[in-house]
Amino acid sequence: MKYTDEYRDPAAVAALAAGLHFDRHVKLMEVCGGHTHAIYRHGLDALLPDEIELVHGPGCPVCVIPMGRVDDAISIAERPEVIFTSFGDMLRVPGGRRRSLLEAKARGADVRIVYSPLDALDVARAHPGREVVFFGVGFETTAPATAVTLLRARTLGVRNFSVFCNHVLIAPALRAILDTPDTEIDGFVGPGHVSTVIGTSPYEFVAREYGRPVVVAGFEPTDILQAVALLVRQLREGRAEVENQYGRVVRDEGNPAALAALEYVFQVRDDFEWRGLGAIPHSGYRIADELGDWDAERRFEVPGARIEDPKACRCGDVLRGMAKPYECGVFGTACTPEKPLGTCMVSSEGACAAYYAYGRHRVAV
Amino acid sequence: MCLGIPAQVVERQPDGLAKVDFGGVRRSVSVAFTPDVAAGDWVLVHVGFALARIDEEEAQATLELLGEAVAAELSA
Amino acid sequence: MSDVVTLAHGAGGKASRRLVEDLFLDELRNPLLEPLSDAALVSANGTRLAFTTDAYVVRPLVFPGGDIGELAVNGTVNDLAVSGAQPLALTAGFVIEEGFPLDELRALTHSAAAAAKAAGVSVAAGDTKVVERGAADGLYVTTAGIGLLDPRVDLSPARVRPGDVVIVSGAIAEHGIAVMLARGDLRLELDVVSDTAPLHREAGALCALGPQLRWMRDPTRGGLATTLNELVSGCGASVALQETAIPVREDVRAACELLGIDPLYVANEGKLVAVVAPGSAGIALEALGPEAAVIGEVRADDVPMVLCETPFGGSRIVDMLVGDPLPRIC
Repeated sequence: MKYTDEYRDPAAVAALAAGLHFDRHVKLMEVCGGHTHAIYRHGLDALLPDEIELVHGPGCPVCVIPMGRVDDAISIAERPEVIFTSFGDMLRVPGGRRRSLLEAKARGADVRIVYSPLDALDVARAHPGREVVFFGVGFETTAPATAVTLLRARTLGVRNFSVFCNHVLIAPALRAILDTPDTEIDGFVGPGHVSTVIGTSPYEFVAREYGRPVVVAGFEPTDILQAVALLVRQLREGRAEVENQYGRVVRDEGNPAALAALEYVFQVRDDFEWRGLGAIPHSGYRIADELGDWDAERRFEVPGARIEDPKACRCGDVLRGMAKPYECGVFGTACTPEKPLGTCMVSSEGACAAYYAYGRHRVAV
Repeated sequence: MCLGIPAQVVERQPDGLAKVDFGGVRRSVSVAFTPDVAAGDWVLVHVGFALARIDEEEAQATLELLGEAVAAELSA
Repeated sequence: MSDVVTLAHGAGGKASRRLVEDLFLDELRNPLLEPLSDAALVSANGTRLAFTTDAYVVRPLVFPGGDIGELAVNGTVNDLAVSGAQPLALTAGFVIEEGFPLDELRALTHSAAAAAKAAGVSVAAGDTKVVERGAADGLYVTTAGIGLLDPRVDLSPARVRPGDVVIVSGAIAEHGIAVMLARGDLRLELDVVSDTAPLHREAGALCALGPQLRWMRDPTRGGLATTLNELVSGCGASVALQETAIPVREDVRAACELLGIDPLYVANEGKLVAVVAPGSAGIALEALGPEAAVIGEVRADDVPMVLCETPFGGSRIVDMLVGDPLPRIC
């Protein structure tokens, strides 16, 4: 496959890995769930020298949806008139009382997986007698797709469609990580696909205010290792800048059309709760008033409860890079991908899920 | 969720859509964010939308850096 | 764990296994059932027979490369074949929804008949039931089969030992992807057809290896990953796969990438996986044809698991399937 295979060349991966070393221990956080998944899927963590440690951040938009919001989604899905559409990865995420959309479906809720929000809109057009709701989840990578879908719903006059908006912003989460005392993160592997939309300037504050380098990276093995190499080089040279390794897809200015869609369709909420991290100011989108008629939160009453994570859950520490999955007391025992207790285990991109599924054989615990 | 896959535009379609080909699999996607793409261009697709055109020059530049890394390693 | 059955219970992965072990095996427990293999091995007056059953709930009923009729026959023929048995006869039960068109029913039965003929078996008995409109989603088919065990072989996970070689008869993931495409939900266009086919000839050819053939399966629901995980829990050793050796068609691989699914977890209906002694790998590949490939080996391990070695010198676990990426695939 073009633009994929070339960036998986084993000789290049080996060469990049061989060139990685540093004179002290450094912790680099890769923010994006896609990076976490790619690292474990390809077994890349085994290729790094001991002094370069990768930790996983909060960039899994599925994982950070609070349990109360999942319960809200389930309450909408359980309405007989509703067809509830969602990306597949959200289906097994447990809300409070460990129930999920998949279980709601088993009990009779009409829950359907879609690949694109546009497909959800098509479902609404095909079923004029039903209320179709789309579970809008994802960072600024995905939010523009939801935005355009809402605009299209308005243009086409599709009234039986609405979005339950849980889109979140990456930069505030990075700031929340950096503001955590004792984080000790030396640099960031920046999220590749979010950056195609927002560009590279949203990460400038990491370099300017916190003195840490950021390298925006692609998702193939060579991309990730190249980004690590660029970070190490910055650290060696005492620089803290934002660099772009993923130039074939990320432009520094991002995608103006996508940014314009975000600007028009959404408003930034005062704060939004992230599972494991607590409330982060200005970190979530809600649908703007002009499109209020397509806002599921205005159309349907939801419980809106705030549910605490189980006491044993150390997801907050894992998301901040302060604990490894296997350092959590319930990892692999009470908390597994099949019955996840905490956010890091709920999606295949969560640090604990990825580690459990792919990498747990490597550490002698 | 971060799934962004490279695909080649096969043809433009009405309604702001384009048919793209991912290694033999085809699907219609929205080009709302990449309105200038034409058949033959490569794009990055996420949840049914083409988010960016893949820049061949940049792609080559990255590959060249990889080639250099391999050469350096072989001669080390 | 929920107190109702969910689709995950039907995926062939962890939840399915638990349902079978904690509920069905728990209630039905007996020596014939305990091994939980594809077919039960029954002795009658010194004759060793294999006996198996399978239910087919595939949706849609007709998909690129086949239909439920053909699937139902091939599936049971294959369960017998990979148990080391020559299929003798099948039975078929049809649960039909009220309102189902007769000409479609005839067409699906015709497919079943053609498949039986190709496999050299007869559908010797059957049953039909009709249920009200709204139940049975058109048609469900159950087949049972009986076969004569080949005296040359004794197949079981317990016979697998470190150093043995894992072979697959051809490219994987085609059936699951073909069915998923036929559903139209994901709006993908792709020229992939189901690989549904009888495997009695391939399996028979491997049986000529005698004791060098340790174990065979047809990796259906849950894919190769699920089948190999069942193997490791039965043999107490690990299986190490070479990612680059696993045969997958380019476009199937692209479809899997697009959907975020690993081809190892996608159903096959015309492929077998076999474990043979290392010295027999060459003969086994000859017997299976040019599409077959060695994909890994068995290794001693303290914690038996299925591992996949990446081309980058790393490895990842190939765990048992959790959840169900593609429901109603078989």
